Amino acid sequence: MHSCVGLSCVLLLTVIGAATVERAEYDYFKYHPMSEITGWMAQIQKENPDLVSIMDYGKTYEKRTISLLKIGVNTGEKKKAIWMDCGIHAREWIAPAFCQYFVRQILDAYKKDPKMQEMMKNMDFYVTPVLNMDGYIFSWANDSTRLWRKNRSPGPAGCDCYGTDLNRNFDANWGTIGVSFNCCDQTYCGKDAMSEPEAQAVTFFVGTRKEDFLCFLTIHSYGQLLLLPYGHPNFTAPNYDELMKVGLAAADAIKKVHGMHYTVGTSPDVLYPNSGSSRDWSRMQGIPYTFTFELRDNGTYGFELPEDQIKPACEEAYSGALEIITYAHNKTFNGAVATAAATLWTVLLTVCVTSTNLM
Amino acid sequence: MIMFIIAAVVMFSGVTGSLNVTESLEADTADMLAHPNSVPEFTEEETEILGQILDVEAEGDVMATGELNPNHYQAQRAAKVVQHYLNTRNGSPFRLFRLSRVHSGNLEDLVDSGRKYQLEITVKESISNTTEKLSASVLFPREERQGSAQVQASCDELLKVNITAQEEAFYQQYKNSQNLVSAQYLPDSHGRIDDDMRPFWHLSIVASSFVMLKESNENTLYNMAQVANVTQLATENDQLKFDGHILLHDMVSQEIIHWKLQFTWSPPEGVKVLQMEQLPHCHHCEKPQNSN
Repeated sequence: MHSCVGLSCVLLLTVIGAATVERAEYDYFKYHPMSEITGWMAQIQKENPDLVSIMDYGKTYEKRTISLLKIGVNTGEKKKAIWMDCGIHAREWIAPAFCQYFVRQILDAYKKDPKMQEMMKNMDFYVTPVLNMDGYIFSWANDSTRLWRKNRSPGPAGCDCYGTDLNRNFDANWGTIGVSFNCCDQTYCGKDAMSEPEAQAVTFFVGTRKEDFLCFLTIHSYGQLLLLPYGHPNFTAPNYDELMKVGLAAADAIKKVHGMHYTVGTSPDVLYPNSGSSRDWSRMQGIPYTFTFELRDNGTYGFELPEDQIKPACEEAYSGALEIITYAHNKTFNGAVATAAATLWTVLLTVCVTSTNLM
Repeated sequence: MIMFIIAAVVMFSGVTGSLNVTESLEADTADMLAHPNSVPEFTEEETEILGQILDVEAEGDVMATGELNPNHYQAQRAAKVVQHYLNTRNGSPFRLFRLSRVHSGNLEDLVDSGRKYQLEITVKESISNTTEKLSASVLFPREERQGSAQVQASCDELLKVNITAQEEAFYQQYKNSQNLVSAQYLPDSHGRIDDDMRPFWHLSIVASSFVMLKESNENTLYNMAQVANVTQLATENDQLKFDGHILLHDMVSQEIIHWKLQFTWSPPEGVKVLQMEQLPHCHHCEKPQNSN
């Protein structure tokens, strides 16, 4: 009797002790408001000071600072890079959730996976968890703002509505197709190409480093699609065949995780034509592997994806993204070595066979 | 002698390896330097590929008929209309159809009537999680005055799933209720729906399907985004009766379109929509034109 009470006391004290010693773990499978995401970024940087730094690279219309996490081994050399942005459209909440998950995953993988260690030595990852911060914060304001898409810059004179569709505002066939010039519409492309500060921030940061970037991945929802450039039906990317091949491999990887089908193709083929997208702009800069991810689901919950689907959605998207990133990495870093090795072995075998015949 | 060969191979491979990277960069530079509004200058190989693709595109624009790629937008949009149709016919608080896959599609241009899609699709009943493969046809009329899309499809297997007991229990629970049910924002911002509100969410999707069927054409792709409000009214003629304010999402325009509906339901009658009215999305906006 006394021993039972004593044991319970010990257990209770252990639990309390444990609770006070451990920090609350960040819940990657709940949606977080902007303030929590900003706090999380600082925490990630603090916990991984050798690998992670925060870079401020622009301001939103409402003067918020746009930041990214730069993740990679500090080699002191100029490195190749991977770009990932989430939350260009405010209502696509699963996208920022994925960026946060992606960061956690690559940092975890770095601890135990030699391949990730190699990739982090050779490349830096630049991840923007929420690009359209004003829009995202607005979508959290109340129930009636949840489905906001655009940024929060005011319309031109004579138009009462707010917001430009940032994914129609980039300087890539701007204003030609799949856009509206009505400032009240969801695909309003702005008064000019790159009129929006959020688009300018990406353009300046990536544009001044474009030779470094191997991949440009921009994360959206919903629709379960992997979209290749270009959004304009009359233009085909020079590496279309390769992008299709890599995209299909990524869709295969996604399917293996939870059986979900993701369709691969250009926007005009599988969805609708458009212009001024960040993916098209980055492909036009010469960045070879540029994809738009449209995550879960297919219309059942749409933008309000239940929190119990955050984990599976992120797991499958991670597999897909990793497939593309690994391909880009291997093509750049192992290609020369592999070719040399293969050629060397072929010649050696030929020489050996020839020598044997001669003898 | 062998050492000389090995050395030569190593030197040669080093050069070959770097050439691969340079080739792709040259193509990218050409792409980048081209004026955004002109056709980019490509290598010979790329011009050939581009030519083939443009030929296909041109064919597509002129004909746009025949065998369709089941993953491409034409077949997908038509198949979604089949989903809306099936829900209007057989949807209930305990039965909801979802388009699962499109296996094949064929498009015919019928001079007098319109454009007819013939599809092989898989449909899922989302509550029992069962699927059925079926054939369907969707005719989009040439002119708006000829009405909305005409669909022929049936999913006999999925209808065999027995939901009689659930429907009856739900019907009895709310038929003579003193407290009329009312719910806002289904799902909520975080995707949550209370268990006892789920049947009302399903009912709202079915009612929305009447609107989505009526509004669909080859340039739309509708899903119900959210129920802003669903309020039960007094039971009338043994039908549960509701006022609903629902938000539709059209993927193609990315617009959120507000509709007010009045609808009824009972186990024998299914869902019937008594009134539907599109709402302007901002109070100071003009009433939207019905142009599709």
